[in-house]
Amino acid sequence: MDKILEVKSLVTGYQGKDGFVRAVDGVSFDINRGETICIVGESGSGKSVTSMSIMRLVEYENGRIIEGEIKFNGEELTTKNTEEMRRIRGSKISMIFQEPLTALNPVFTIGKQITEAILFHHPISKKEAWQRAEELVRLVGISDPQARLKQYPHELSGGMRQRVMIAIALASEPDLLIADEPTTALDVTIEAQILELLRKLRQERNMSILLITHDIGVAAEMADRIIIMYAGKVMEIAKTKDIFDQPLHPYSKGLLESVPKMNGERGVPLKSIKGSIPSLNEIPSGCRFSPRCPFATDKCHTEEPLLEMRGERQVACWHVDYLIENSLLQIEEEGGVSIES
Amino acid sequence: MNPNQKSYSSDNSEPLLRIENLKKHFPIKGGGYFRKEKKAVLAVDDVSFTIYKGETLGLVGESGCGKSTLGRNILRLQEPTEGQVFFNNTNILLHNKHELRKLRKQMQIIYQDPFGSLNPRFTIGQIIGEMYEIHGIAKGAEKEKKVKEMLELVGLDPSRYNSYPHEFSGGQRQRVGIARALALNPTFVVADEPVSALDVSVQSQVINLLMKLKKEFGLTLLFIAHGLNVVRHISDRVGVMYLGKLVELSETDNIFESPAHPYTAALLSTVPEADPRLKKERIVLKGEVPSPANPPSGCRFRTRCPLAAERCKNEMPPLVEVRSKHHVACHYPLEEGQTLKEAIASRKEGQLSI
Repeated sequence: MDKILEVKSLVTGYQGKDGFVRAVDGVSFDINRGETICIVGESGSGKSVTSMSIMRLVEYENGRIIEGEIKFNGEELTTKNTEEMRRIRGSKISMIFQEPLTALNPVFTIGKQITEAILFHHPISKKEAWQRAEELVRLVGISDPQARLKQYPHELSGGMRQRVMIAIALASEPDLLIADEPTTALDVTIEAQILELLRKLRQERNMSILLITHDIGVAAEMADRIIIMYAGKVMEIAKTKDIFDQPLHPYSKGLLESVPKMNGERGVPLKSIKGSIPSLNEIPSGCRFSPRCPFATDKCHTEEPLLEMRGERQVACWHVDYLIENSLLQIEEEGGVSIES
Repeated sequence: MNPNQKSYSSDNSEPLLRIENLKKHFPIKGGGYFRKEKKAVLAVDDVSFTIYKGETLGLVGESGCGKSTLGRNILRLQEPTEGQVFFNNTNILLHNKHELRKLRKQMQIIYQDPFGSLNPRFTIGQIIGEMYEIHGIAKGAEKEKKVKEMLELVGLDPSRYNSYPHEFSGGQRQRVGIARALALNPTFVVADEPVSALDVSVQSQVINLLMKLKKEFGLTLLFIAHGLNVVRHISDRVGVMYLGKLVELSETDNIFESPAHPYTAALLSTVPEADPRLKKERIVLKGEVPSPANPPSGCRFRTRCPLAAERCKNEMPPLVEVRSKHHVACHYPLEEGQTLKEAIASRKEGQLSI
């Protein structure tokens, strides 16, 4: 398989008042060409820090990559200097963010910002760049490109701004698009438009997409494979269909079950994961999920499980065999099963 | 006046709140020297409906549709521009300050933002205890006892009486917000996006808590949210808003299984479902919600509606009962069991034959 990105044992963190905090702690995964991968996690899971590490943007937020490898098209990114990174960023790898208003410069027109991105990577004239900007804007589904390009970010709606961001990201024809919660700030009907656009672009350009999301629904619709992260660690990696058929990690199971289904029984208590997400200053010993895990044993509280291969899948849990044998990881279909003590 | 008054009372529920022709317009000041008030944002525009005792009424819609404004106006946290709100058959818009304060005991609100809605300089004990003091219910040791009971009720450790909001996680803070809202034993609570800011694994805990307390307190709940799966789970009836208008209102199963308004149908078809095995017919709406300062003529949804016809441009459709207990504001509502795709197809045939 043609791998476009390989991340190995990545450790990234921030210098806090009480010492170094590891926001991402030994994360490994890879992305194939043309594949859409979703990292799913809750706040503090390290999903955004992972993507910022790949772009080497953590350094601008007082973060540091202290261990691990990030290979993009076989090239090691962690050792690149600032200038080399600048060339890669926004050309081979592009990124779009959750809040397109803060990512766009308010004092320049949309056209200026898109052509700037084009001119940075292509030796063409301004006029040609403007023409290409029009094409790009049309490609991302903005009508009347000539008028739109003359507008400023504040004149556009949230959905339109996100389309502009995507247009800028596509300006350099990237091999990998990293999208960090691209639809979280948008309404459902606009979210649907943006997701459709991403699907279309991926198909037409054979581009790989790394999508960061907290919404399992978005992951279910977009991903070929899903990476589930919790408190800085990967808990499970599997094909989308497999994970929804049967998760292998108790956290994945808990996450899938706690979302009310559109066809589930109404009014019954929802399944939930007890407790709350640990802060990075007080990461539990052993398996990070163990204080909240219904199946945790003494071993889980003291020893940390590694992410291990299991057929095509990967999971980090001491008791996965036992749990499968006893059918404890089956997603319980809603309806009558939710008796809480 | 109100179309759904009769229909729901067959379930021997009495109305608790009756909202009639409620309008909330925010004036936009003109830019010129004289600063004349020219236009207005029609945040809530002529909305009428009834909330029955003991029910959970879900209110959904995209941002800017007026659902939160509606909730606030019903509680008079904002003053409506026009209309009437009857609570137990008295028009609360005529209440003076003193009467309103008394009313507050019975009507409360839970806010979305568990960070912004709790005063960071107050302890949890003070935040909840304040409710008892303002209304002259309890002071000193008795107040503390009551607050601790509330904390226990919402699943917080009573020993954290003297802790400050920042010492709690988002989910715990939302529990504090719930405890505060329920401290005075209200009959009616507006929950304005109470779980939207929470992580998934914590969200279901808070939903369960709300459902449990609703039962224990015999609450009537107006549950405002944009998460359709959550609204579906918790609500008895659901109202759908679009650009300041209530466009559909019915029992939850009717809305989700057989929506009558094309907007509702499209909205439901685009919800990302947490199950890749379910393949849906996705209807992606074109364009965006128009500005509420300058809404389209006739039906507000017509600019994005795949079924829109000439009539929709000229006539504003009223909210009427098209099926039993199912109200919709649309000139061409979907038939029972008809999908939006089918409706679009049959509309096209119809046009050809004309």
